Amino acid sequence: MSSATTSSATIARPAALAANPEAPAPVATPPVVERPAAAARRWGSRAISVFTAVATRLVAIGLLAAGWELFPRLGLADATFLPPLSEVLVAWWQLAASGELTAHLQASLLRSLGGFGLAIVIAIPLGLVIGWYAPIANLLNPLLEVFRNTAALALLPVFVLILGLGETSKVAIILYACSWPILLNTVSGVRTVDPLLIKSARSLGLGPVRLFQKVVLPAAVPTIFTGIRLAGAYSILILIAAEMVGAKAGLGYLINYAQYNFAVPDMYAGIITISAIGLLVNQLLVHLERRFSTWRTQ
Amino acid sequence: MTSIDSAGRDRTEPPKIRFDGIGKVFHGRGRSVTALQDINLDVAAGEFLVLVGPSGCGKSTLLDLLGGLAAPTSGRILVDGVPITGPGLDRGVVFQQYALLPWRTAQGNVEFGLEAKGVPRRERADRAREYLHLVGLSGFHDRYPHELSGGMKQRVAIARSLAFDPDILLMDEPFAALDAQTRDGLQDELLRIWQQTGKTIVFITHGIEEAVYLGQRVAVLTSRPGRLKEIVEIPIAGRTDTEDLRSDPEFTRYRHQIWSLLRDEVSRAQDQELARNRQEASVV
Ligand SMILES: Nc1ncnc2c1ncn2[C@@H]1O[C@H](COP(=O)(O)OP(=O)(O)O)[C@@H](O)[C@H]1O
Ligand SMILES: [Mg+2]
Repeated sequence: MSSATTSSATIARPAALAANPEAPAPVATPPVVERPAAAARRWGSRAISVFTAVATRLVAIGLLAAGWELFPRLGLADATFLPPLSEVLVAWWQLAASGELTAHLQASLLRSLGGFGLAIVIAIPLGLVIGWYAPIANLLNPLLEVFRNTAALALLPVFVLILGLGETSKVAIILYACSWPILLNTVSGVRTVDPLLIKSARSLGLGPVRLFQKVVLPAAVPTIFTGIRLAGAYSILILIAAEMVGAKAGLGYLINYAQYNFAVPDMYAGIITISAIGLLVNQLLVHLERRFSTWRTQ
Repeated sequence: MTSIDSAGRDRTEPPKIRFDGIGKVFHGRGRSVTALQDINLDVAAGEFLVLVGPSGCGKSTLLDLLGGLAAPTSGRILVDGVPITGPGLDRGVVFQQYALLPWRTAQGNVEFGLEAKGVPRRERADRAREYLHLVGLSGFHDRYPHELSGGMKQRVAIARSLAFDPDILLMDEPFAALDAQTRDGLQDELLRIWQQTGKTIVFITHGIEEAVYLGQRVAVLTSRPGRLKEIVEIPIAGRTDTEDLRSDPEFTRYRHQIWSLLRDEVSRAQDQELARNRQEASVV
């Protein structure tokens, strides 16, 4: 972001501004001509710094992988319970090749996305209404606090009891868990809009509907997105737990079933898949969140 | 038969704005605060009126009432002879803290007022450019507020308020958050824009120099409850043409006059504050 700010100094300033300078005058710039050797050195050092940044991030992952491979092989860990990484990757490949993994993945993603998507569709409008009408917010606030502080998984047995062991209870518990962060963030996003912006818009004669549409909603978007990102993480977290109870497919089922049948490499293959998906979903949502809140950069 | 007053103003012209016995009382937490009391004041069309008064005397409250953002407890405000019932696009408000929408560019912010007025899309863009140019911000239309300095943000806010072409511009300490140099520059620009557009401007400040520099008349309010203490005419012509007007002996005289009027009010406000604190301390 800072690049956008500093670049203003290089743009020709309009006459009226130049007459009474307020932005600091541009510092005398060094001659633009640069010797090729210096430029190459600069470029080289940038490439090195990018490389170092990537390498630093990969080092820890690499160490974990190396440890996972070596410890069982050297007998430092029991290979029955922790097979070397290479064996796990072979098992993963076999699961993938047989189509089994895809089937589990599909079952899991359908549940996750179903619950997550429904939560977005339900919780955002609900949160907007609750946030916009102060009396409703005040009335519901204690209730929201109670539910927010009740771990969703504690309610899993209740969901199973009422909705049975099928898909409904699984999607429902994910929907439930994902709704809270979205709902609470939406409410707070709407309630914390800068009152001066509202006052200023009112002074322009905007009615309640347009005030909401043009000021409150856009102001709340970044906060709502934070809620969506949290919900994305929850949707994976809760999914696995839900699939360990009475499922016939899904990654949680795969992990649980493999453990039960002592197919230990398969179990780890499932775990790796889940963590990769979690990582992917989070990266995607972080990226989206950033795109929608660039203006918040101060 | 016309009556011309000492300042050469034609008093038979109907006033642009008339404060008619304005009072405002706030109720809250078991006690009530009288912010304004019996304000009677006329502002002529095209006049530049400055309101000064000690902090907390009700200046912003008065502007809120004029902007239609709040209703007076007693009295009424007439614009062109018609009582104010709410906000309207015949009045544009400029706030101290800019109040720009941070997710919109400078251009988008100026267009915001035009959207409220229902100006067609294509015309909005043209008009926004035109007014950004008027405030000296051509070439900055695609900047977001966080990419602009305080002075530039206030320019955008002024452009936004001018773009929908209100007759009256209401400004609540618009330059108070800016550094001295930026402020001086913007004061000159505001005078230029005022002369160019012929708007009626009601400008609030707690800066005495700013008041004398800008105002054709300066209305001094008393400490709380805010009442009209005195109106000082400042018949200095050609402000922007005079070099270093601020050290002109005439300017200095007016500044001293308003300073004396305010000094009594400020010390009275401080005494009140002390007395109230002592009272609260003894209750506890
Ligand atoms: N919404 C409100 N509720 C209660 N008291 C208020 C409110 N707005 C302003 N006041 C009080 O009215 C007085 C005048 O406030 P204000 O108009 O902001 O003063 P100024 O702008 O001159 O500094 C202050 O004492 C302030 O505390
Ligand atoms: Mg104020």
